[in-house]
Amino acid sequence: MRRFAPILIVLALLATVPLVTSSNVVLNFLVVALLIALVGQGWNLLGGYGGQYSFGHAAFFGTGAYATAILQVHYGINAWLGLFMGIAAGALVGAVIGALSFRSGLKGSYFALVTLAFAEVLRIIASVAPITGAGVGTLIKLDLRPEAFQFQSRAPFYWIILAMVGLSLVLVRMIEDSRFGAYLVALRENEDAAQALGVNTTMVKLLAMTISAAITAAAGCFYAQYFLFIDAGIAYGPWISVEALLAPIIGGIGTVVGPLLGALVVKTLGEATKLVTGDAPGLDLVIYGSVLILVVAFAPRGITGILLDLRHRLVSRKPAAPASLGRGHG
Amino acid sequence: MLSSVILVPAVLNGLMTGAVYALIALGLTLIYGVLHIINFAHGALLTAAMFAAFFAHKLLGLDPYVAALGLTPLFFLLGYGLQRFVIGPAAHGEDRNILLVTLGLAVVIENALLYAFRADTRTINLPYAFDVVEVGTAFLAVPRVVAFFVVVAVALALWLIMRWTDTGKAIRAVAKEKRGAELAGIDVAHIYAVTFGLGTACLAIAACLLIPTYYVNPQAGNAFVLIAFTIVVLGGMGSVTGALIGGLFVGVVESLSSLYLGESLGQIGIFAMFILVLLFRPSGLFGERA
Repeated sequence: MRRFAPILIVLALLATVPLVTSSNVVLNFLVVALLIALVGQGWNLLGGYGGQYSFGHAAFFGTGAYATAILQVHYGINAWLGLFMGIAAGALVGAVIGALSFRSGLKGSYFALVTLAFAEVLRIIASVAPITGAGVGTLIKLDLRPEAFQFQSRAPFYWIILAMVGLSLVLVRMIEDSRFGAYLVALRENEDAAQALGVNTTMVKLLAMTISAAITAAAGCFYAQYFLFIDAGIAYGPWISVEALLAPIIGGIGTVVGPLLGALVVKTLGEATKLVTGDAPGLDLVIYGSVLILVVAFAPRGITGILLDLRHRLVSRKPAAPASLGRGHG
Repeated sequence: MLSSVILVPAVLNGLMTGAVYALIALGLTLIYGVLHIINFAHGALLTAAMFAAFFAHKLLGLDPYVAALGLTPLFFLLGYGLQRFVIGPAAHGEDRNILLVTLGLAVVIENALLYAFRADTRTINLPYAFDVVEVGTAFLAVPRVVAFFVVVAVALALWLIMRWTDTGKAIRAVAKEKRGAELAGIDVAHIYAVTFGLGTACLAIAACLLIPTYYVNPQAGNAFVLIAFTIVVLGGMGSVTGALIGGLFVGVVESLSSLYLGESLGQIGIFAMFILVLLFRPSGLFGERA
């Protein structure tokens, strides 16, 4: 239980925000930040713990979003049911892409390339297929009832995405403490050695990718319900693949709270840029990209790493960090 | 349906387009062959080069073919600097970090261009842009024919550099055996940067060849680079011959598939080919087993 206490405290604190403020600007900001935290947590499981860097997590985000939207619009299926079916659809896409790439032994740059290509193929298909609304996109009908997963105010949306992030935090913490988690970290550090010791690396990677895809797809489903509109560029666009890896890398790759921390920092940076320069397209991403390079260059363990180093220097004057929390160097 | 009146021009046009693809892929494969990294910033750098060629014409009135003479060394220096002072030091020698750094560079360059020039699509008007030459039954646009022969010349020049100059020999040595080259007194960091510079210089030439018939916007380079990735994977990562033949091949495939399937499905054809090759023959058709 001690390992879960910090997570629960953070969640409880965040849950009180709508009681303190009803400002739509604040809540909207936090909802988007939590959404990115969820997308990033999905990436973090595969990339941070497993060391498999995907450049195409948009494939799962978009599949979740489109599945939720299409099931409601074209098949009249309840939005809540659509949420679970969207997550399942995303997990399935993850399992298929994972099975194809891992069985072919793709790793490193090749894996990044093939995931990028899959996301692009899905984007092109979504931009021409009639069922996705092609270039026009898909609009979910306004139906402000809780049964339809739509709410008058932003607070319920906020609590739902917070609960989803909370579940993902607990899930990743449980994986971290499990045998499966240990296998995952082992193959990140040295795949050949892990295999030699009897770890079925292909299966471990495949399972990690499926769970990772499911988490990211859940964020896609939420996106569709929250904004009620998606098109190919939003759902399968490269922006979401970039934010998926940005949040965990900045927050602390391969740590439970890294994606949440990173998403809050990234979104704060984005908003601050907008405040200073007005709504200039592109400038926020210029800053994200620069921060990504700077973090890789100077703080490979992200904010979590910096904080841990600081605490150790203050408390015990020992610079080392616990093995399970750090990504080591690089 | 397969009448040669349609087919021959489609194949010839495909070869002309494919030549420019091959040049872009050549830069990518050169960098991969020596540094063993996939440069995800390749597309953004191509876009930057296209903007440079565009403004060289717009502001200085330079013909793109003349501008190439200045832009090529300029982009060589840019590539050299990026590898020497950004990618190299930031990556701490880890492949995973290099992936992230080049991705970060791509995001920065592309969005800096978006911020500076907005999403507007720009074209330039040249007096000869619509001139054609007649080859048998086919009419070929002059800029594309020029592009084809320039690419052949560039490939030849690169081959000569690699074969006969000391730098070329050093590059080949580093590609083959980095540690050994280092022991023999070769400055590996310098050679890495030179290679990255050469790859980027290829992009400057490609941009000047593209701009007479193509448009530029902050995303313009991406379409080409995904094709270039396909070519490089098809031809075998690091294989120069593979990039050249693969480029021409993909150009023809694209031309034929958009003739028979339409524009957007033709694009999917390339991706499908890309994924299939990656999955079933990741070493490519010309490369050695990874």
